[in-house]
Amino acid sequence: MSEVKVITGTSAAAEAAKLADVDVIAAYPITPQTTCVEKLADFVANGELDAEYIKVESEHSAMSASIAASATGARTFTATSSQGLALMHEVLFAAAGMRVPVVMMNANRALSAPINIWNDQQDSLSQRDTGWIQLYAEDNQEVLDLVIQAFKIAEDEKVLLPVMVNLDGFILTHTVEPVTLPKRETVLDFIGTYEPKHAYLDPKKPMTQGALGDPNYYMETRYAIETAMRNAEKVIADVHDAFAEKFNRAYGNGLIESYNLEKAENVIIAMGSICGTIKDMIDLKKKEGVEIGLLKIRCYRPLPVEMIKDALKNAKNVAILDKSISLGMNKGAIYADVASHLKDKKTVNYIVGLGGRDITSEDILGIYADVETSEDGKTNWVGLKEE
Amino acid sequence: MVNTGTIIYEPGSSANNKTGSWRVFKPVLDQDKCVKCENCYIFCPEGCIQEKDGKFEIDYDYCKGCLICEKECPVKAIKTEREEK
Repeated sequence: MSEVKVITGTSAAAEAAKLADVDVIAAYPITPQTTCVEKLADFVANGELDAEYIKVESEHSAMSASIAASATGARTFTATSSQGLALMHEVLFAAAGMRVPVVMMNANRALSAPINIWNDQQDSLSQRDTGWIQLYAEDNQEVLDLVIQAFKIAEDEKVLLPVMVNLDGFILTHTVEPVTLPKRETVLDFIGTYEPKHAYLDPKKPMTQGALGDPNYYMETRYAIETAMRNAEKVIADVHDAFAEKFNRAYGNGLIESYNLEKAENVIIAMGSICGTIKDMIDLKKKEGVEIGLLKIRCYRPLPVEMIKDALKNAKNVAILDKSISLGMNKGAIYADVASHLKDKKTVNYIVGLGGRDITSEDILGIYADVETSEDGKTNWVGLKEE
Repeated sequence: MVNTGTIIYEPGSSANNKTGSWRVFKPVLDQDKCVKCENCYIFCPEGCIQEKDGKFEIDYDYCKGCLICEKECPVKAIKTEREEK
């Protein structure tokens, strides 16, 4: 039987890694991820989890060790946040290029300066071109479910890419919610054992990994990652559907989730925990006869462009919420990626919640009211204290 | 064409890739001046100077023309020539 525990988002990620029976964990603590790797250290120390726990001196080493561990054929997990993820940047490319299915939890947090430990999504969105699959959770249950699904996605032979599971710092990492923990056997039965055919350690069959790729080869390797990303779209949906059948929990089609999109002309696109607030507002306004739609992006890389276009076919005015900003363009990353595919709609970008600024129900209703009158292509900074 | 993860499954591939084509200058050993002190053999960073039948030979398939051997030769038995392609 599954059991329900009231736990934080970081605990949910740690529990999921335990349920997936990871072989190696290499991690460095960073706020607000720390409690995840502490929990995993406890599991290993208690003997609850039979894994190698590598204590490293930085996130650059955490990712390097994770890549090496995964390259031997071990199921590998790590976790990070913000500055730590930025420090990993160089090695993130290596993980994707070497096609090692590392799974990483990232606690979304703002980047310095000024030093800020609170939530926005600038850290992971700045890593969008590294070749990592990026998934975003709305609540703690989804964190657990996503980490479990991430292993199955990453290890699929059609994919073989590292997966980053993102959850909003403090909003999810440090708040407790009831989370259903499935049985270990059920999870292992779902994910299966990782039997790598391309990268493993066997002294009888020596191989070189991470070799030089001169101009004769490099471009093809990049194209191969792009192909794997396209394959991942179907794999993510299939893994989600199989998960939904086995565990009775579903999240849209696995890549996007539509909420009240059929009737609504005014639609909000968002990612992460803020979708919970938006859903509440949608339910509230529905009682008054006002229809607001939500398109939640669950998978940001690969970006499911066709699914997004299809889901928004009835929409007229689209508010795209970004918890990040591409400086010098005055647009968030989601807007920059999505709006160009919605040429027949009015799209307005809302920069919200940077560095942990509260996003209230009133802000959501304000955005809903604004998107109808605001001009196409505009960027509005919500709650900005202008002088 | 390229293995997933650009993994090389056959060991010893570096022996097949001739790297001497990078060379601009070429060290040439004058066997008459050579006193067989082994300095060039010891200092060659690519290991492409080998003793063969009592004589030292430079393997031009792998020599990149760094000319450390020329610098280290105590009797100036190695001279520099421009590589001609």
